Amino acid sequence: MDDTKRYERLRERLQNGDISRRKFFGLLGAAGAAYGLQTPFAKQAFAADVTQVRFDGWGGVVSEAFRKYAFDPYTAKTGIKVIDGTFPGGDEYLAQVRASQPGEYNIAHLSGVFDYARYASFDLTSELNLANIPNMANVMPALMNAFKSITPDSLSAAPYDYGTTGLAYNRKYISDDEIKEKGAKILIDEKYKGKIGGWADWRTRLWYAALQTSQDPNDIKDMDAAWDAVRKNRDLLLKYWSSGAELMSLLAEEEIYVTEGWSGRIYALQEQGHDIGYYDPPNSFGWQECLFVIKGSPMAACEELLNFMLDKDTSIAVAEGQSYPPALDPTKVDLGDKIPKLPAFDPTGTLSGLTFANPAYWNGNEAAWSEEFGRVQRGY
Amino acid sequence: MSIEAREARQPWILLAPALTAIGLLLIVPLMFIIVYSFWLRSAAGADTPGFFFDNWIAALTDRFYRDILLNTLKIAAVTTVACAVLGYPAAYFIARSQGNKLILLVLLMLPFWISYIIRTMSWINILGVSGALNSALIWVGIINEPIQMLYNETTVILGLVHFLLPFMVLNIFVSLDGIDTNLEDAASSLGATRWQGFLQVTLPLSLPGLAAGGLLCFVLAAGTYITPVILGGPRDAMFANLVYEAIIRQLNWPLGSALSLLLLIVLGVLVLIYNRYLGMAQLAKGLG
Repeated sequence: MDDTKRYERLRERLQNGDISRRKFFGLLGAAGAAYGLQTPFAKQAFAADVTQVRFDGWGGVVSEAFRKYAFDPYTAKTGIKVIDGTFPGGDEYLAQVRASQPGEYNIAHLSGVFDYARYASFDLTSELNLANIPNMANVMPALMNAFKSITPDSLSAAPYDYGTTGLAYNRKYISDDEIKEKGAKILIDEKYKGKIGGWADWRTRLWYAALQTSQDPNDIKDMDAAWDAVRKNRDLLLKYWSSGAELMSLLAEEEIYVTEGWSGRIYALQEQGHDIGYYDPPNSFGWQECLFVIKGSPMAACEELLNFMLDKDTSIAVAEGQSYPPALDPTKVDLGDKIPKLPAFDPTGTLSGLTFANPAYWNGNEAAWSEEFGRVQRGY
Repeated sequence: MSIEAREARQPWILLAPALTAIGLLLIVPLMFIIVYSFWLRSAAGADTPGFFFDNWIAALTDRFYRDILLNTLKIAAVTTVACAVLGYPAAYFIARSQGNKLILLVLLMLPFWISYIIRTMSWINILGVSGALNSALIWVGIINEPIQMLYNETTVILGLVHFLLPFMVLNIFVSLDGIDTNLEDAASSLGATRWQGFLQVTLPLSLPGLAAGGLLCFVLAAGTYITPVILGGPRDAMFANLVYEAIIRQLNWPLGSALSLLLLIVLGVLVLIYNRYLGMAQLAKGLG
């Protein structure tokens, strides 16, 4: 007997006078309480029969491309719906995932290898069966190896795209020659006081501080010098920006002339007709994004979805939409005409020209440096 | 069951849904936050359960937190005073206007139909380098180069005043609307000028509304997060930003819990002081 029938019978007994109104409401309340208590556990039971998979990403054109090229064909083939969520940043999303029930969040478009390592440190990793993801064979080994260094025995994510955080500058005020000559030090140049922007992200700030003090970003020896560079940059800044939209607005409105910026966002500004230059100084901040499957997710369904998302057509459409090169190996897959023109694109498929953050080094110092940056940012 | 016993139970039955909601949605999460504030964050990122005072010692003794808390209270106080100065004449005008009071009240509520974030961001289009004000000043010939007006403490206060002014006006209006206008006429008939009548009759009688609006504006301003993010410069942060950074950016939930409780305690003390001298009834009247 289903619940509706059960409630109808109960109501009939009330109308016939078989039970009192008090007893009727008491039974209804008990049913409500029982449902409330069993629901969290019922969710786990339902997981055995997968009807939907949740995907969280950055939204916008990326989400639209995923919907068109991966989610809808996937649903048509499997009957499994894809619930498409968005997040404003990786930190906020990790906080949500930590506060959730296992299985509530399934796949996330995460940024950076350090995010992979952070999820591993919070015991949120899963174990992908690569045999179920044949398109993974087209992914650049260099990107896979970065994850394997953190979880050597298994993978929890598929690499998806990569880019750099380089220098973005307004050509009306700063020439290509000047940016090449000054490199990262242009962000601590008094000449542009009040016209410099900076991302409110401790990793990026310290990475550029390392470049400004001629140090290896993955092995900063003189931390005092690096923090002094962060302070000097702070004193010259107009504003710390906190989103890609704000970065684009500040540059487009000429509130700032120079900042470090994400290669795809700057390319989008150039496409809109703004005369904004982009330059990767030596040891510019390289990063990669991945499709991470969170612990407790229905693995077979997620693996099949990953395979759809790694399909050549989906990868290229998403890459063109967000202006970041895909993780597919260009020596194996024809990526078309537009992608080779994107900033940070590596035609060799080795990514040897990019410097990535060493996750062990950066995550090992995260607690201390993120707190210290919070203070330096406020003038301490 | 006797009638007295039934009558005694009735209020509790009626209150039960609200008390259950408050218990589950406010008291229980607050308990979790209190427990969390005594945990520690390990270097690897995971939390260490236990009963440690480290977060509280840091929150109470570290100059960094104390300075930002004091600056937050200062910004909230300046905002409240600005709202009172700007809001009182507006509320007086609405309360004393004949016939179009309803239209004016609807106009006062109009900003609430637009998202707070959008309203805050609108200042970028007004005060920005290529914004309306700079463009107008250049066009008129008063300046040759745009002036940098955004991203400082003044614009943070401006954004807060923009957000909170309707709360202040509404509270003062409720208070003024309840004052018998015959009292002002009586003061005039006894020889008081209009200004004296206002100062000695209307203003004292409307003070509870002013205080209720002040408390609301102060508490909301002190707990704000988004305004300094959008309109503040590199060093402009308020206490809620520190809570956000500790919990979201640094993933240090224990410290973030202690900081959020500290802000709650400080603002709670202010509410208690208000209640001691003015009572919460006036606040409820203003909100109603």
